[in-house]
Amino acid sequence: MTSQPTAPHILLVDDDEDFLFQHKIQLEHAGYRVTTAATREEAEATAAEVKPDLAILDLMMEQHDDGFVLSHHLKRLLPGLPVILVTAVTAETGLSFSPTTSAERAWVGADALLAKPIRFEQLTREVERLLKDRDKGQGASG
Amino acid sequence: MDTLRVLVVDDETGMRLAVARVLSTYTVRPDESDEHAVGFAVETADTGESALEMMAGAAPDILLLDMKLPGISGLDVLREIRERRIDTLTVMITAYATLETAIEATKRGAHDFLPKPFTPEDLRVAIRRVVRHLAVQREAKRLAEEKRQVRFQFISVLGHELKAPLAAVEGYLQIMKDGSAGTDPAVVARIIDRALVRTEGMRKLIVDLLNMTRIESGQKRRDLVAADLREAAAAAIETVAPAAAARAVEIRLEAPERAPLVADRGELDIIFNNLVSNAVKYNRDHGRVTIAIDRADARWRVRVSDTGIGLAPEDARRLFQDFVRIKNEQTRTIPGTGLGLAIVKKLAHLYGGDATVESEPGAGSTFTVTLKG
Repeated sequence: MTSQPTAPHILLVDDDEDFLFQHKIQLEHAGYRVTTAATREEAEATAAEVKPDLAILDLMMEQHDDGFVLSHHLKRLLPGLPVILVTAVTAETGLSFSPTTSAERAWVGADALLAKPIRFEQLTREVERLLKDRDKGQGASG
Repeated sequence: MDTLRVLVVDDETGMRLAVARVLSTYTVRPDESDEHAVGFAVETADTGESALEMMAGAAPDILLLDMKLPGISGLDVLREIRERRIDTLTVMITAYATLETAIEATKRGAHDFLPKPFTPEDLRVAIRRVVRHLAVQREAKRLAEEKRQVRFQFISVLGHELKAPLAAVEGYLQIMKDGSAGTDPAVVARIIDRALVRTEGMRKLIVDLLNMTRIESGQKRRDLVAADLREAAAAAIETVAPAAAARAVEIRLEAPERAPLVADRGELDIIFNNLVSNAVKYNRDHGRVTIAIDRADARWRVRVSDTGIGLAPEDARRLFQDFVRIKNEQTRTIPGTGLGLAIVKKLAHLYGGDATVESEPGAGSTFTVTLKG
């Protein structure tokens, strides 16, 4: 769509088809390249192939900790990859998850946490911030 | 219920001491089959006034109340207990247990009587009766509370299940409004398709919910007529035919020429539509669905078999519960409300039967519904 081949590449992972489709449209409209995956396995294979600049993961997929596990795997695969975890109170578990302290966030292994329903401006703001931080980090080390 | 508090109200000191002495060493097993025993902590009062004062704090579990007291009478105390909604079980102690006083006291909420004079054994028998009653009462209360919790849980899950499709549709409308959807007709068409899929899912959930509520409340006017299971199966096959054709799933019906049953046709349609549409939804492309209707143990037996993805044993056990949908890679994109099979089971119970499943993961499942008649 409007994204350029050089635009930052985002890996978007959720088992909710509508969440994926809507956020892909919006992120592409905002100028990013987007690849989607619906399962942890698919996400890991895709990440190895496209080497995204940032990942947005749903915390709860088929297994309730898929988001955590995927976050850890992706960070091992692509060191320095910024990860945004999206959480929701699921109907099945009634579980609410929203780490608020920095210790809790470190434990989660994500760079940002957003609770569903997420506002798109909020998501793009986090994406921009994390990509900027990453570029700064790379500039300093390289 | 390890120690029950007993308040003895009598103006005779000897009587109060005697009751306290008997009960201090007495234990009761509220449930005969249970080893668990209950003991008693006895408090005493010499007037109705002081008894009411004591009960204003924490009400005793059991009140042994003399009818004849120096100030206000036992009947007055009973009235106060009722007015103040004090939660206690009262045994009236009375020297002249006439029918009139008994009726009067019962009207005012006394649970039992203990005529004076009474032996320690009489007292123990009366107390044992009260304790058993208390145990039954508490169990009923516990069950009612449990039911209430299940109801809350149901409503909470329902809220989430209704919110999810609404959020999806809102998301699509928002994308179209803010222009990020662009003008690609293929993208726009898919947005509209998805919004329709989600609203349809929501509509089905509401229909299922209404059906379930009617079944459970028992208020649904059931139109019991001479129906036929073969006809109901044929109607369901016709309903799912387009979905089956789209995936080249073949549906077979093996049933006697006539399978008569006095039933509500709407209820039979719900049963067959759920089973047959599931058998198609969870099948593989080019798969097969077999609906077999026969008689076994004075019941009709409907078996709907598919050649689909099947179920793990632990999933099969949960399958008939409200809102249970088996979540895995194969079921991810299959729409469903999670109430269909719960409704089928409840309906089967209405017909003196049951709904069960046998399954082999990867090979297919057979759902069996039995209907008496």
